[in-house]
Amino acid sequence: MSKRRILALFGDFAEAHNAIADIRRNEVPGVTVDDVTMKSPIEHPEVEEVLGDRPVHVQKFTFFGAIFGVVFGFLFLASAQATFLVQPQGGKAVIPLPSNFVLVYEMLIFFAVWMTFISFLFLAGLLKKRSRLYSENVSLDQVGILVEVDEQLAEPLKGLYKRHKVLEIREEVMQ
Amino acid sequence: MIVNEKDINEQIKWAKINTDVLRSMDNPRKSYWVAVAVCLAMVGCAALAEYIQYTTGMGAANLNNPHMWDMYIATFVFWIGMSHSGTLLSAILHLLHADWRKPIYRFAEAMTTFSLMTAGLFPIIHLCRVWNMYWVLPYVSDRGIWPNFRSPLVWDAFAISTYLSASMLFLFIGMIPDLAICRDNTTGWRKKLYTVLSLGWEGSDRQWRNFRKVYLLMACFLIPLAVSVHSIVSADFAMSIMPGWHVTTFPPYFVAGALYSGCAAIITLFIMLRYFFRFDEYMTLPIMEKVAKLTFAIAMVWTYLNLIEFASVWYGHDMYNKELLIAKASGPYAWVFWTMIVCGSVVPFALAFRSVRRHMPTMFVVSILLNLGMFFERWMIVAPTLSLSYEPWQWDVMWGSIVEWGMVFGSFGWFGLLFLVFVKVFPSVSMYEVKEMVYHRRKSAGERDVLRMTDRAKSVNQTPSVEGA
Repeated sequence: MSKRRILALFGDFAEAHNAIADIRRNEVPGVTVDDVTMKSPIEHPEVEEVLGDRPVHVQKFTFFGAIFGVVFGFLFLASAQATFLVQPQGGKAVIPLPSNFVLVYEMLIFFAVWMTFISFLFLAGLLKKRSRLYSENVSLDQVGILVEVDEQLAEPLKGLYKRHKVLEIREEVMQ
Repeated sequence: MIVNEKDINEQIKWAKINTDVLRSMDNPRKSYWVAVAVCLAMVGCAALAEYIQYTTGMGAANLNNPHMWDMYIATFVFWIGMSHSGTLLSAILHLLHADWRKPIYRFAEAMTTFSLMTAGLFPIIHLCRVWNMYWVLPYVSDRGIWPNFRSPLVWDAFAISTYLSASMLFLFIGMIPDLAICRDNTTGWRKKLYTVLSLGWEGSDRQWRNFRKVYLLMACFLIPLAVSVHSIVSADFAMSIMPGWHVTTFPPYFVAGALYSGCAAIITLFIMLRYFFRFDEYMTLPIMEKVAKLTFAIAMVWTYLNLIEFASVWYGHDMYNKELLIAKASGPYAWVFWTMIVCGSVVPFALAFRSVRRHMPTMFVVSILLNLGMFFERWMIVAPTLSLSYEPWQWDVMWGSIVEWGMVFGSFGWFGLLFLVFVKVFPSVSMYEVKEMVYHRRKSAGERDVLRMTDRAKSVNQTPSVEGA
């Protein structure tokens, strides 16, 4: 059975919110809210709430980056200082802790920030080709709801959208 | 009667926001090109000065012992300071949900990035042997030479490079949704550029949720980072035992000074962009008033820190420090010192007047005067101490040669050029955040039709389809 990907465009958040709420209430049997992707021109936590709990894990990578920055930073500095400042200090390796605390603090932030950015690229699904259904109106002033459904569910779903004053429906047939 | 004006016209259509900002990138006033030409001429002055210094040596810049860095380090500190307000204030205001930052934070963050890039030139210029600049990097060389990690100058290198990369990321991440708008509305080389830079942004809920968290995390890291950067720059001086530099209050003094000069620069650039790009609807008078009030508050903090430093020197009875303070106020540098006091502590009182805050030409002049005061402040930190140190042979007065001044002058052109190119290529007003601003303000005002974002409310039954996948 072939599948269809359907993008519905709405002129306001309230209608999009209500359409998703209807899907959540199982008004089109076979389509669940987990199948829904919302696309919007601005971030909108209130409307995203209707999609349910979709956790974000970026902060774990940030934490890992910060820990890595501290450990690597200190080891990098200490090894450099122990190796290259030996002779000037009369054979005694000197690892100045106060200086290293300052430098490690900077490296903590450096690696935390970069790890946050890199994890963002992957966790947000960036660096991919845009969907063929992408509508430029989403970056202007319309809200999109993208759902992938079995073919026989396409018409009931479109009917639901029409009840909520959908402006435009685009669809593509998946193999 | 004072009317409670709104920061922005909340009835503005979202399509108009896109149109206005995208048009600004195509069609600035002619004065924009005049500004570009002026900046290019200033960069030319710096290039000539660098050529003279490169071929003649550091003597051409009047640098000697004890005036071994003088104007160059003062200008370096000035540009580092200038960089502070953009990212730091943007991050603080983001955490505080102060939405009036939204139309103006983009150019302020760009100001941070380009200020840091300008500041970074001065240690290189100061080397004279610019081809050896890579020696400052901690790499394993065949000479077995490593930087002295106990020197605040090395801390500087770490802090500034961290701040530069974090600020650039903060600026870039905040711009991704706008780059997608640009991608969708341009052609030719611009479309190619924005397609690459927008990273395939589609505005999905997954992207927005991650975006929100990432932006918040970045803001949280940037605030302590920004404070640490200028504290460390102050350590370049405060870690020494030189009179006038070995001061406990230097880190907060530097941070306050940095915020102050950055705010003044934001006002200058605000007025210029508003004029060049006809941004009257976005860079509004109420927002200017808020920035001006913030600048006034920071000016008073800076003034207080100055007074507390003078008082502690005066009552500390350290002979060298006290002599230096008296020399600053009455010696050969007195006119610079008093200009700094007038521009930094007296002129800001003009900002207490609403009529001044709302008059753009006056605000432009005031912002220039404030930054003049802040430049002199940095000069007054460096030059008098080098001129009146512990040993009599070090007593000297140093005014800087035309080569040195040419370099300082040119740095403003370099900064201006980078900034002007940026605002022509990238949206200087955040389109998606202005949309958020008007949306949420109308919603909290209880407007019933607020949720309707578009005029095209008519339902469409036709379903265009794309076959195959």
